[in-house]
Amino acid sequence: MADVKKIATRESYGNALKELGAEYPDLVVLDADLAAATKTGVFKKAFPDRHIDCGIAECNMMGIAAGLSLTGKIPFVSSFAMFAAGRAFEQVRNSIGYPHLNVKIGATHAGISVGEDGASHQCNEDIALMRSIPGMVVMCPADDIEAKAAVRAALEYEGPVYLRFGRAACNVINDRPDYKFEIGKGDKVREGKDVTIVATGIGVDAALGAAEMLEKDGISAEVINICTIKPLDEEIIIESAKKTGKVVTVEEHSVIGGLGSAVCDCLSANYPVKVKKLGMQDVFGESGSAAALIHKYGLDAEGVYASVKEFL
Amino acid sequence: MDNLELKKHANDVRKGIVTSTHAAKAGHPGGSLSSADLFTYLYFEEMNIDPKNPQKEDRDRFVLSKGHTAPGLYSALAYRGFFPVEDLTTLRKLGSYLQGHPNMHIPGVDMASGSLGQGISAAAGMALGAKLGNKDFRVYTLLGDGELEEGQVWEAAMFSGFRKLDNFVVIVDNNGLQIDGPIDQVCSPYPIADKFRAFNFHVIEVDAHDFDQLRAAFKEARETKGAPTCILMHSLKGKGVSFMEGSVEWHGKAPNDEEYAIAMADLDKIEAELNAQG
Repeated sequence: MADVKKIATRESYGNALKELGAEYPDLVVLDADLAAATKTGVFKKAFPDRHIDCGIAECNMMGIAAGLSLTGKIPFVSSFAMFAAGRAFEQVRNSIGYPHLNVKIGATHAGISVGEDGASHQCNEDIALMRSIPGMVVMCPADDIEAKAAVRAALEYEGPVYLRFGRAACNVINDRPDYKFEIGKGDKVREGKDVTIVATGIGVDAALGAAEMLEKDGISAEVINICTIKPLDEEIIIESAKKTGKVVTVEEHSVIGGLGSAVCDCLSANYPVKVKKLGMQDVFGESGSAAALIHKYGLDAEGVYASVKEFL
Repeated sequence: MDNLELKKHANDVRKGIVTSTHAAKAGHPGGSLSSADLFTYLYFEEMNIDPKNPQKEDRDRFVLSKGHTAPGLYSALAYRGFFPVEDLTTLRKLGSYLQGHPNMHIPGVDMASGSLGQGISAAAGMALGAKLGNKDFRVYTLLGDGELEEGQVWEAAMFSGFRKLDNFVVIVDNNGLQIDGPIDQVCSPYPIADKFRAFNFHVIEVDAHDFDQLRAAFKEARETKGAPTCILMHSLKGKGVSFMEGSVEWHGKAPNDEEYAIAMADLDKIEAELNAQG
């Protein structure tokens, strides 16, 4: 698989916005002095009058987006996950979530794959924060194809959406003719019968790699890609849990409040089985290359493989 | 509308504030009363709005950034005809649409608010939206003077000044009192006018209870091009109710039955004086 294309989902975000810009004249993009990093620069170049740099003031930026949406614009607010979901949490909650406004938050640099910048910039809490807001859709795409599809779906959906993108280039895994995207629908990317691996974002690629390794050991792993963490596709998870009886979750996010918690919420109420949550185990990250960090915290294919073996 | 009519409407708005907070046994009468003349001026004179069509596309917008003074806004909206005046007594009660702080389900409310510092940003976003969409509506927002302690206010001010949002008016109700005491003893935001000037606003100072001054200020704001306007209103907290005037105690406390009777007698007296004038 040496020829697999790699692209960071933040690049996909910028490219999707640029592609959609011509089709949707009300689409506007906001940044807080990070357009070069959130990759919205391509939109800015194509539609300079519809790109609003708010300067380094994320809280105000959320309010500006709220106000713009009330005049018929469809704002995509861009920043790092740490600042979009973290610093501006209460603005997102009270100025966007509570009035249920048509604002899309494009949060890049989520999770530990931020890499060298270290723990201050590695947001492992954003899924937890955003999914706690009533009416907020939360999506975390796994690759370029899904990221672009999620941006379009968010644009076409009426209401607040949080989109989580990564900094590091990742493999394109959804390049298949029958690929379809729908908000709230999980995607069974590999059939199996012994264990279910539910993953989101770059965790999906790791889960697929782990499943291949497990197969060599005679273990058949089912892999489910959950892009929309809220609303969660409960059916696909329950159905798989009934079949395998064991579930492992994978995310580059804290195991508190993220995909793992959402899956546990679902299964404990509907079909209780043992669940192992892989992710950041209630610790902060640190500096290092994205690949080294993903490896250290056990979120690459090898790490997931080892954890699944131990779990079984 | 002449000043006498405006004064009569403002007195009604004050009665609505006293009546609704008394019925709710909670709420914020002090800052509602200090802004009552402003609410009246905006909704009965300044703003292009239609009570029969609250979502009218080209309407002027108002965001109550100091959302805790919802009783003042609700009273003005009710007396202006957005919803029945009788509903004011349902304020803050379970099942009422008149929530403790403004939300999107109230006819005439353009933005949910209540968490201080946030309304000004949303209002600035609306003003920018008008500019981007080549629409000529104007946007108004009201802030408390204590609210100026929130950092987000200055993020929004920097943005609005830089973007030259001349369709945007920030009104500051400078009654000088916040929950913990006089604003210059808690964490002084003074000098307020100089701060807004430094953020590239055109600043106009007025007496919050003088309709001639309010009229002149809003006219000047409309004529000001290339910069947003800040109208800094010097006001009296609790204005119109004798025992609430200038008292920090009445920031967030409702009158009991006895106090309600005194307050309404104060306002009845003002009403009689106004009626005697014509």
